[in-house]
Amino acid sequence: MQSRRLRAIGISAALALLAWAGGAPLPAQAEMVYRIATMGEPKSLDPHFVSGTWENYVVGDAFMGLLTDAADAKPIPGAAESWTISDDGLTYTFKIRDHTWSDGVPVTADDFVFSFQRILDPKLAAEYASLLYPIKNAEAYNTGKLTDPNQLGVRALDPKTLEIKLEGPTGYFLELMTHYTAWPVPKHAIEKFGADWIKPGNFVGNGPFTIVEWTPNAQIVAVKNPKFYDAANVKLDKVIYYPDEDRNAVTKRFRAGEIDLADDFASEQIDFLKRELPNETKIAPYLGTYYYVVNVTRKPFDNPAVRRALSLAIERDAITGKVLKTGEIPAYGVVPPGTGDWGDGYQPEWAKLSYPERVAEAKSLLKQAGYGPDNPLKLELSYNTSENHKRIAVAVQSMWKQLGVQAELVNREVKVHYDVMKENQFDIARAAWVADYNDPQDFLYLLETRTGVQNYGRYSNPEFDQLMRAQGQERDAAARLDVMKQAERIAMSEDAWLPIYYYVSKNLLSQKVEGYETNTKQVHRSRWVSIKE
Amino acid sequence: MSRLILRRLAIGVPTLLIIITLSFFMMRLAPGGPFDQERPLPPEIRRNVEKAYHLDESLVQQYLRYLGGLLQADFGPSYRTKDFTVGQLLVQGAPASFKVGGLAVLLATVLGLLAGIVAALRHNSWADYSVMGLAMVGIAIPSFVMAPLLSLIFGVYLAWLPAGGWGNGALPFLILPVVSLALPQVAQVARLARGAMIEQLNANYVRTARAKGLRERLVLLRHALPGAMLPVVSYLGPMTAALVTGSVVVETIFSIPGIGRYFVQAALNRDYTVVMGVVIVYACLIIVLNLIVDLLYGLIDPKVRTV
Repeated sequence: MQSRRLRAIGISAALALLAWAGGAPLPAQAEMVYRIATMGEPKSLDPHFVSGTWENYVVGDAFMGLLTDAADAKPIPGAAESWTISDDGLTYTFKIRDHTWSDGVPVTADDFVFSFQRILDPKLAAEYASLLYPIKNAEAYNTGKLTDPNQLGVRALDPKTLEIKLEGPTGYFLELMTHYTAWPVPKHAIEKFGADWIKPGNFVGNGPFTIVEWTPNAQIVAVKNPKFYDAANVKLDKVIYYPDEDRNAVTKRFRAGEIDLADDFASEQIDFLKRELPNETKIAPYLGTYYYVVNVTRKPFDNPAVRRALSLAIERDAITGKVLKTGEIPAYGVVPPGTGDWGDGYQPEWAKLSYPERVAEAKSLLKQAGYGPDNPLKLELSYNTSENHKRIAVAVQSMWKQLGVQAELVNREVKVHYDVMKENQFDIARAAWVADYNDPQDFLYLLETRTGVQNYGRYSNPEFDQLMRAQGQERDAAARLDVMKQAERIAMSEDAWLPIYYYVSKNLLSQKVEGYETNTKQVHRSRWVSIKE
Repeated sequence: MSRLILRRLAIGVPTLLIIITLSFFMMRLAPGGPFDQERPLPPEIRRNVEKAYHLDESLVQQYLRYLGGLLQADFGPSYRTKDFTVGQLLVQGAPASFKVGGLAVLLATVLGLLAGIVAALRHNSWADYSVMGLAMVGIAIPSFVMAPLLSLIFGVYLAWLPAGGWGNGALPFLILPVVSLALPQVAQVARLARGAMIEQLNANYVRTARAKGLRERLVLLRHALPGAMLPVVSYLGPMTAALVTGSVVVETIFSIPGIGRYFVQAALNRDYTVVMGVVIVYACLIIVLNLIVDLLYGLIDPKVRTV
């Protein structure tokens, strides 16, 4: 009798423990919850302080720019329902859609004027404000040369009409309006709460979801915004974002069914994932270029023939096919294929040669430059700490060895690595660039003289610079593309970079998720997604 | 006793100051800063950012400003996490680390002592060999192997427990991290307890106690055990400090929002104030824990009590 009672107590205690451990009891009607593992903790949820893809996941569900991203990341009307462009391409007039902030206050053209003035205010010191420099007087105001914000080329013609004037016809301007630097922030909430407006409880947005909880390094929770203009078509009730910098841990949680979308996985797991989770593993071209930048201010790398020799000897197919194995595309140019209307990536004539022919050619080029078995070319190849960067560097080192080149590998922590590059203190260094907006200019500008320290190798060619200035003034899209293709051809004919591969996005997606589309921008807004049971 | 506490706390303050000073200046020796990123800031903006965080002042000025803030319990702003101050991050992160670490200390001590004593009593028997064999394995397998393994077995394959995540600190989320944190320590404690216990069992006063005809249980509990506890207690201090301040590896593998993870993220991002905050928490804990260990010593060992 007694023992049975004890056992009963034991069982109920265990049940109580389980109930406590499991958290809240199940709701009567199951909520539709979407769980995303992002790559790290957001720096901020204020769109004006955001600078990373991992933040874009969260903030992009809570705000909506004049244009916004469709499921395939093509720009579609967002906070603006329509727009007109003046004949000279310098004035855009947006008709603001009838919609409200999540607290019911209408979104007006004034909110946009306030937002553009805010992010460009030098005192706010927004790190990404320079993306908006195509707007008239934006650069002058942001850098303090102009002090009156009303001189900015952004004004409200009436509460529902916004006019933006540009410095020059900017071919990618509409695309740029989908970027977080161009999103509206609620004037009324910022005036009321100051910097705390972004905290759950105070938070106000105009996007499909509203942020209700933020526990640093643990989770951010957003619920459906019933005031969203298209709320009828938003199927999810809740989105949970887990910031996590450890890809292996995320993959395990995905396999345990704790996560629906995992942004990125470790390359070395590709064979396993393709075998075990073939339907969940999503690999797609991505707007990014992985390249080795050559310091053209140092001898002998100022000699294009030496750069060509080094580029010839890099067997890209071996790196993508045998080292990485995750579907990356061998790169011979600056701009990734599929950027805007770019089409295929640049292919030099020599890419058609067989590899032994290329090596032979490289050897003869080096010989002409005065290098050979008696006088080997010695150089330092720098990369930042990462298993993949190391594996690629080792592979390239051995490819160059056939030419008699003695490459010493130098590994640095990422901050130090970029510091050294900006200060131009390297021979050849690993670098990469992922597009901020879907336009070739966002890659090619890296080789312009005026780009300064971010042109790590200090490549400089007046003809290239001239073409890049011309594309900024060109109104005709096809002609503009042509000008940029010409510019890329010049830079690559001189081997300003040694491109290695074009990136792919690597995601794990649960088969329960519907409405998700892979895309080159790797932008996935939760408003298009639903979960099937 | 209270004089001992006061004296130790008085020594603690300058110690802390030295630690703060050293880490403040050493951290600034590392190249790169919190606002270095791939798309560089226009120089004008960079100046404004640095001004906003007083990074444009001389190092000494910044140091004095930081100390001044500390006196008012202000750990400063985080450079990388704009919406939270360092104080808020620590208040948020420390309890998670303390919870996981504290439970691990408890588990390691209880299990370790039990295993160690059993092994000592069955000295040179199969029980001794198997306990000590397991202990060696526990010590030899680092937590960055053990933690993913446990997560894989119990989270992915058996699906008994979450493979990771925090779940606001609910029990199922705690089990795997606590166990992976405690296992190597169980082994250490067991080894220490076994060695000390064997020594005590051969000591003269235990022989005397046995010769008096005392029951074995009394001999063990009242005479041998307190002596055997000494090395374990002195190990408890550093062990608690190490476990409670958050294991970087375990926190990362199980996605626990603890201060160990902040520490590494902040160091990589040059988030100076967060690094300093965690260092200060860590230093205070070690100072306090060492004091507690000394006090415990006094309780257990009569030789210390008289000092």
